Formats: sequence, structure tokens, C-alpha cells
Amino acid sequence: MKLTRRSFIKTNAIAATAAAAGITIPGINNAIAKTSSKQIRWDKAPCRFCGTGCSVLVGTKDGRVIATQGDPDAPVNRGLNCIKGYFLSKIMYGKDRLTTPLLRMTDGQYDKEGEFTPISWDKAFDVMADKWKEAIKKKGPTSVGMFGSGQWTVWEGYAASKLFKAGFRSNNLDPNARHCMASAVGAFMRGFGADEPMGCYDDLEHADVFVLWGANMAEMHPILWSRLSDTRLTKEGCEVHVLSTYKHRCFDLADNGMVFTPQTDLAIANYIANYIIQTKAYKKDFVNKHVNFKKTPTDIGYGLRPEHELEKKKTGTGGKLSGISFDEYKKSVEKYTLEYTSKLSGVPEANLLALAKVYADPDKKVSSYWTMGFNQHTRGVWVNGLVYNIHLLMGKISEPGNSPFSLTGQPSACGTAREVGTFAHRLPADLVVKKKPHRDFAEKVWQLPEGTIPEKPGYHAVLQNRMLKDGKLNAYWVMCNNNMQAAANMNEETLPGYRNPENFIVVSDPYPTVTAQAADLILPTAMWTEKEGAYGNAERRTQFWRQQVSAPGDSKSDLWQLVEFSKRFKVEEVWPADLIAKKPEYKGKTLFDVLFANGQVNKYPKQAITDDNGNVYPNDEMDAFGFYLQKGLFEEYRVFGTQGPKKGHDLGEFDTYHKARGLRWPVVDGKETLWRYREGYDPFVKKGQDVQFYGFKDGRANIITAPYEPAAESPDKEYDLWLSTGRVLEHWHSGSMTRRVPELYRAFPDAVMFIHPNDAKKRGLRRGMLAKVASRRGDIELRVETRGRNRPPEGLIFVPWFDAGRLINKLTLDATDPLSKETDYKKCAVKVMKA
Amino acid sequence: MSLTTPQTSMTRRRLLTETARTVCGVSLVGLGLGFYTHNARSLPATSLRPPGALEESRFLAACIRCGLCVRDCPYDILKLADVVDQAATGTPFFQARKAPCEMCEDIPCVAACPTKALDKSLTNIDHSRMGLAVLIDHETCLNFQGLRCDVCHRICPLINEAITLEPQHNKRSGKHALFIPVVHSDKCTGCGKCERACVLEEAAIKVLPINLAKGELGQHYRWGWKEKEKAGKSLVTPDTQHQYNLPKGLQYDHAGDGLKKDQL
Repeated sequence: MKLTRRSFIKTNAIAATAAAAGITIPGINNAIAKTSSKQIRWDKAPCRFCGTGCSVLVGTKDGRVIATQGDPDAPVNRGLNCIKGYFLSKIMYGKDRLTTPLLRMTDGQYDKEGEFTPISWDKAFDVMADKWKEAIKKKGPTSVGMFGSGQWTVWEGYAASKLFKAGFRSNNLDPNARHCMASAVGAFMRGFGADEPMGCYDDLEHADVFVLWGANMAEMHPILWSRLSDTRLTKEGCEVHVLSTYKHRCFDLADNGMVFTPQTDLAIANYIANYIIQTKAYKKDFVNKHVNFKKTPTDIGYGLRPEHELEKKKTGTGGKLSGISFDEYKKSVEKYTLEYTSKLSGVPEANLLALAKVYADPDKKVSSYWTMGFNQHTRGVWVNGLVYNIHLLMGKISEPGNSPFSLTGQPSACGTAREVGTFAHRLPADLVVKKKPHRDFAEKVWQLPEGTIPEKPGYHAVLQNRMLKDGKLNAYWVMCNNNMQAAANMNEETLPGYRNPENFIVVSDPYPTVTAQAADLILPTAMWTEKEGAYGNAERRTQFWRQQVSAPGDSKSDLWQLVEFSKRFKVEEVWPADLIAKKPEYKGKTLFDVLFANGQVNKYPKQAITDDNGNVYPNDEMDAFGFYLQKGLFEEYRVFGTQGPKKGHDLGEFDTYHKARGLRWPVVDGKETLWRYREGYDPFVKKGQDVQFYGFKDGRANIITAPYEPAAESPDKEYDLWLSTGRVLEHWHSGSMTRRVPELYRAFPDAVMFIHPNDAKKRGLRRGMLAKVASRRGDIELRVETRGRNRPPEGLIFVPWFDAGRLINKLTLDATDPLSKETDYKKCAVKVMKA
Repeated sequence: MSLTTPQTSMTRRRLLTETARTVCGVSLVGLGLGFYTHNARSLPATSLRPPGALEESRFLAACIRCGLCVRDCPYDILKLADVVDQAATGTPFFQARKAPCEMCEDIPCVAACPTKALDKSLTNIDHSRMGLAVLIDHETCLNFQGLRCDVCHRICPLINEAITLEPQHNKRSGKHALFIPVVHSDKCTGCGKCERACVLEEAAIKVLPINLAKGELGQHYRWGWKEKEKAGKSLVTPDTQHQYNLPKGLQYDHAGDGLKKDQL
């Protein structure tokens, strides 16, 4: 018995070692080290990974990025990087880069069950365009869709938005930021009428107290964590409070570390509001002048398929707000007493009280940070809002150090997914498709006939997978993300749709990801500095970079793919006759002519891209299309911010960004905005107003009451453990880039199951043993880790999702926040046993 | 050879082994000798013994080169030294950078040892001392520069015990902390995970045999605060209760922060 187990482990260990050996440092690295630094051209670019937005200097020689350095002049990181950023120069050079389009074929013909076969771009787009036209002809524009990215450059998101919402007249465009930021967006829109944080990273130096709600900044935002830590070290009286469902690296620094029962963060936030009201600590003047009180429908279900039992049981629906009085609000939080909340959450009373006191202390500046613990939550919009409630009650908002701050996970979740509005319901600069004046404005900017953009929001991320499976979405393009590894309940809800014979699935990626392998057509894609780009980080900082090198083989940027594909469609093939009749001059034109060669986007002629040192940079899209595509798109897009119906979204001119280490919007007359809604800091706040939440007409923010409600799936007798998923510092998201860096692979090779030693023992498991973890939806095997960086309490396990060989999304539940449609990746019920 | 410095006196057995090894080296692989002698000079400290190994000279006396510990290592970490290796031929060793000890809870290598060369009294792997991690190169260590690597810390099976991160103000950037990895010899098992995982081309943190890694404090001195901690009280009568003249709203914490505001 013993020997069997051992020999099994042995075999696996050998396999793992072999896998690691297969990607060890190629000889080229030694050559790099010896290169004289004099011959290297240095230029700036934001890091490819998280939403922090560190800047790096990129060293290029002989058409290859051979080195990077932290940008010492960048305000975010001042020359520092995390360990992923340290290896940026290696992410483009994995051995298995895709270099040619690959179509599933049998005997030279497309075949859904065929083998991937190299083909030309021309052939690839022929097949793809046929499938698009066939779907549109058969079932209309809602049968085509796209899943995009918070890693797209600003203009890639913008081009995709135009192509789908205007060109194909389908709002079935959603970014992977739906899995990441949608709840944050929902709360911003409901609370302030405008998306994105009011504060900025300078709050990290100005706050006296930091509260982390469901954010493991130590690993997920490493450079911001070092800023927070520095303030804790150097500022007298500085405190750090950390809330999580398991102990993680942030607890090292915590003055008050709190492990709470999953989902009870709702109650904890309400308790703090209740404490503030009961002790009369709230700022009456601020509340009277700047706040409205609202309530939201409750018992609203869990965003599952309508036939799911939980959906049938719900009594409320949606998020329509109705006004309440302060007293009604006060009453609504009364039940969240210290005793009740402590009992429900498992956090000792003394810790909760200490937390409530710092929020209620008028002399302490408090900044709250959160990420996926709040956003990936079936009540994500609510819980985001509950923390705004606390800050609004105390007036601790929109000024240095007093900041509720939603951190982002992707490099351009803000800049692209949110600001450009690549969600199924959005348009650029906080406009939405369902409002006619907003559509009208977009159509005016885009020079389109009235009624081009459909009114109805498209399929969101989770719904796209369901509709693929149900055969209602048939031509589908996945770009710049790895959704087969990300989307919850993969076996039941994602894979069936990709492999549905009725559907044609296209995946654009630099690498053969799990998603690419599930596709019918794979398009090889340029990445990061292989194209000119722009990202927007979590503090509203827009950062540009120039193309440094050309992509390998036939790889093309997402931007080229989107714009080139538009040439395949005549308006007659995608628009009804009555729409064309409104703009007869578009008759016979292609979508490329209408959307991109429209006199605006193609306004800037082909030119040499140079820097102050006289270096000349490539721009493959300019070469391909004959005009400065990126500039044209950005300048057209900028109109939404400067002239659109929602004020305060102004961006600077294209050329200024190539010279700056990013600018924080709104940028007005060349001036950046650090804190929004506060007179003096924000140019849109009228004189004498002090604070003005101008996202709403009355200039007031909303305090929205919402109760604690249980999670969609909690542990029971059989599935007796909570499963929480997330990231590790060494790997970014699905690991498609970081796992191809040998040193990062070595630093954290495979996903493990972090479990309490007692929970392991009860199941006859020891550290290092292979265990099976199963939910009602699937199971995987991975090794037991009872030590290490994450220490779950009894009753909860944590598994990171970066490992393509151990797909934890086979287990996760596709329950979403019914308001934000964002999946809860932090809570479902599993059981663990010997493998 | 790895666990003793070349200066230690050679036992008879070891002399014979070494001689035999040299002879073999010459007769079997002509080229190998040059390679071997080169390695012997440049890499004396990279071979580590399995958990529970006795002090090197006693270990060499007790180990019968049976290879059972190597056979029972479930992760294939342990190797038997052959003529080109640093360790005495036929003895078990591992190299942290190639493959570190996985610290099995049931310590199968120790269980397999028929001669107590691996000490059977080792029942908790956390108590093993295969070597000691040393952050050798502060100049290349990314964390010393303020980068957020700390891979050695996070991979440590005794995270926050054997390796801790000590946050310090980064004077250069002015607003980012440095997280300095510090190894604690009372906890470090010498498993080698940190050296293996170090992302540098050449690891900045290395596991060395303990006698190479540890300094030794002069017998004439004690760390005052540690002695107090050990004793659980001041060794000399505790200080009197100090009292101060203070303005309203302020207090003075004699043993702690000094002057501070009243707590709310």
C-alpha cells in the first residue's frame, strides 16, 4: 500500500520535473546577459500584468526585447517591479508562440471535429466571415458575439465596440472584466452615477488607517502593498486592518486581522454603519448636503439559469432603487449589533469594535481597499456599496487619505473595459446602450444612421456561455483572454457551447491556451510591445507605449484583426435596408469604410514614430492600413469624454501621452485630477460646493441599504468545505504568460490545495499527498498544502486558478451577482478526499 | 565532503574511500578526473545530507552505502554519490538548487536507514537540520532593492518562522517598503526550497552546511533582550513605575512609544 502510493507520487514527481525541464532557460538567455547595454534602445511601457500600472523601461536590440528595468521616473513604482514585472522581457518568447492561423480541418475543408491545420489569414477570414454572415442571415445579429478583455489596449476595445455594436449591430460584446470588475462598476454607477475611484494611489501615503476588505494586496498588488507597508512603517499611529475568509500574506502587517465566515462581510459592513449611527459619529452636515438614502430590492436570486431551484425561490428582482429617509436607513441597519455580527461572522467582538472605531474616529483618515473578495460575490454590488455607505456617513471620501478604493486586477480593466465601455450594456465614457440620448451621441460621433446601435443590452459573459450551449449564439470570437480556464462550471456551461456543432468559435491568442485548444479557429496574436498600446490603471492613469518589436511569424495585433475583418462585410450584409436608407451614401460600402475609413479614424497620415532621442519605432498597423490608426481611434474616442453627455471623463490629446508617465483623468487643460468630486481638486465641482457628486444631477451620492443574505451554495453534510479561488504573486491570471517563464514556473510550479492541517488529517491526508477535490460539478486532483503562504481556517480551502493542468473552474459555480452578472469565484461547496 | 570542511581531519574510512574514488576516477573516466578535481575546488558546499544525518564524520562512519534511503525517497530527491560527486562515494546527498527536500511528514528516508546514520529520533521533519539557508548576496537579491519578489519567503514550508520578511523604509523611492528576507536558524530545516525557487540566474539564497553557515557569538557576551525573554522577566529588579508631568490628553509610555495621545 505504502509502496504503491510512493511509486505513484514518484511517477508524478518525475513528470513534473520533466515538464519543468522542457522549458528551461534556452541558450539565448546567456547571450542576452553578455550583450553590451550601449546597443540597447530603451523606451517606456506599462507592465503587461495587473491593474497597478507600474511602468517599465523596455530594452530592445535587433528586433527583440532583451531586457527591462523598473522605470525610476514612474510615480507608481519608482523603479520597482514585482517578480512578474521583473520577468516581463521573457513573456513574449515562450517556445510555443503561435505564428500562423490554425483551422480545424479534414481533407482541406473546415471540420468542427478536424485537426488544427495551418492556413493563411486570407483563408481564415474567409471561413470566419462566412460563418458570421450565415449566423446573421439565419438568426439575426444577436447570434454573433465577442468576449474581449481588460488586457486589450484602449483602441482595441474601442475598435471592437464599434465593430460589434455598430457594425454587426450586436451588443453581445463583453470583456473578461465582467469576471473581475463588474460589481465594482455597478456600485459606482448606483452610488455616484459615474464609474471609477474618486481617489488615487497617493491615498496610500495620506491615510492613517488602511482597511483591506477581500483584497490580498501583498500578493496581488505587490508594489502598492510596499507603499502601504511603508506608510505603516513610517507614519506614527498608522494601523492596518485586514478582513478575509482565510489568513494570507497581508495578515503579517495587520494590526487587526479578521477571518470571517464567507458572505458575512455584508453584515460586518452594516454593523460598522450601525455603530457610526448609534454613537452619533456620522457627519450630519456632509450627509445632509451630499447624500440621498435609498433601498434596493432584496432576495434577488443568484444569477443562475432561470430553471434553477434557487431562482424559482427568489421573491425580489433587479436593483431599482427607491428613496428612504435617514431614519428608515438607520432602522435597516439596527439589527447588525456587535453581538449579532460577531456571532454570524465568527470575528471576535473586540476586533469588530476596533474596526468600527477607526471608521468612526473623526481624526483618522481611512482608506478602504478591495478587489475580488468583494467583486466576485453574489451580492458584489451591494457589498461594494455598503463600504461606500460607511465612507459617506463619515464624509471620509474624495480627499487625500480618505478613500474607498476599488483596486483592479487587469492592466486596462479601467482604461479599456470600463472607460471604453466594452460591456454588453455600455458605450464609451459611462454611456449605456439602453438610453436613447446616449446611443444618439455615439451614433453622431460615429457618423451612423440613427438606430444603428441596438437598445437592448447584449449577452454578458456568463450568459454568452449559456447561449452558446443553447445554440442561440453561433459565431463567437474570444480575444485576449482565457475564458475556458476562467469561466465557472466549465464542464457544464463553457465547453459544451464551444464544442456545440452549431457554433463556430474563434480564439485570438499569442499562445495555445486551454481556450484556444477548444476553438475551431485560432488566430496568432501580437502581444504587449509588439504593438502600440494604451492601458488605464486603477487610479485613472492612462499610459501609452510605442511598438518596440514585431510579432513572430504571421502574428497580428488584436487591433489589426478587428479592423481587417471589418473589410469582409458590406453594410448590406449586416444592416437592414431601412437603416441604410437613412444614410444612402453608405450603400455598397464595407464596415471598414464606414467605421474606420470615416474621415476621423483615418485622419492622421502615415508618419515616422520617433522619440526625443531620434529613435524610430515600427507601427505595423500604420503600415498595413496606411494611416495612423491608433491615433485616429483615440482622438475619435476622446470626443466621448470631452463632449459626451456625462461630464468629467476628459482625456488628454494623443501625443501628450507618449511623452508622459501616464496622466490621471479627467485631464482638463493639460491638468490631471487626483481626487474627484472635491472642490479645488476636481475642475468639475462648482465653486462653493465643497463636494459635488456630479455623476447625478442633484450632485448627491447614494447611501443604499442592503441586508446580509446567504451565499448561493454553502457547505452541507456531503460537500462540507468552502472553496475559495484566487491568484498567487508568481503567476498572473491563468498563467498563460507567467507559466512560460521558467523561473516563475519553478517558483510556483503547480496549483496546490491550501487546507487547514486538521481538515487534512480528518481526511487521512498529509502535506504533499495527492488529494481529490470535488464539487457537484466536477473534480480535480492536486497536492495538499497545509503550510505556506495561505492559512485557511477549518472548513475552507483555497486553490489558485493559474494552473492549466488543474482546472479549478471545473468545480466553481456559475452563480453571479444578479445586478453585476459577475461570478462568485470565492464561494462554493466542495469535498476533499484521498486521490 | 560536503558537510565537513576540507580542513577537518580525515577518518581512515574516508581516506580509503577518497583514495578508491580517485583511483576509480582515473581508471574509469580519464576526463572525469579533471572535472572532478575542478568541482571539488569550486563547489564544496552544495551537497546536503538527508534529514536526520549525524554529524558528517559520524555519518560517514555509520552509513553503509546501502542506498535504502535513496530508494524510499518518494520524490527522487536523494542521490547516491558516484565518483564525480562531491559527497563520499555511495553516500546519499541532495542538491538544493536541483531538487530540494520535500519534507515528508513520515520521513521515509530516516525510516529506511538500517544503521542510524540517519537518526531515528527525528520524528518531526520540522526539527531536521539538513543545512541552513543563507541570503548570501544582498546585492543581487531583488528584495534588497525593493522589488516584490519574496519568492524564497512564500515557498518556505516554515514561512514566517524559518524565513521572515522584515519591512524597512525604502529611502531611495521614499514611498515603498523594502521587505528584507531574514533566515532564522532555530527554525530553518535546510530543505533547500528557497534556493531552488530563487529566480535569479544564480541563487542569492543558498543552503549551506550549518558549520559553514553559522557565526558564533563570543562566550563573553549575551543579547540582553533575549536573555530577558528567556527568563520571562528582567534579570535585575524591574524598573520602578515612572510618573510624568504631562499636559492634558497626553501620556507617556516608558517602555514603548514614549509621548503619545490618550487612547479614545
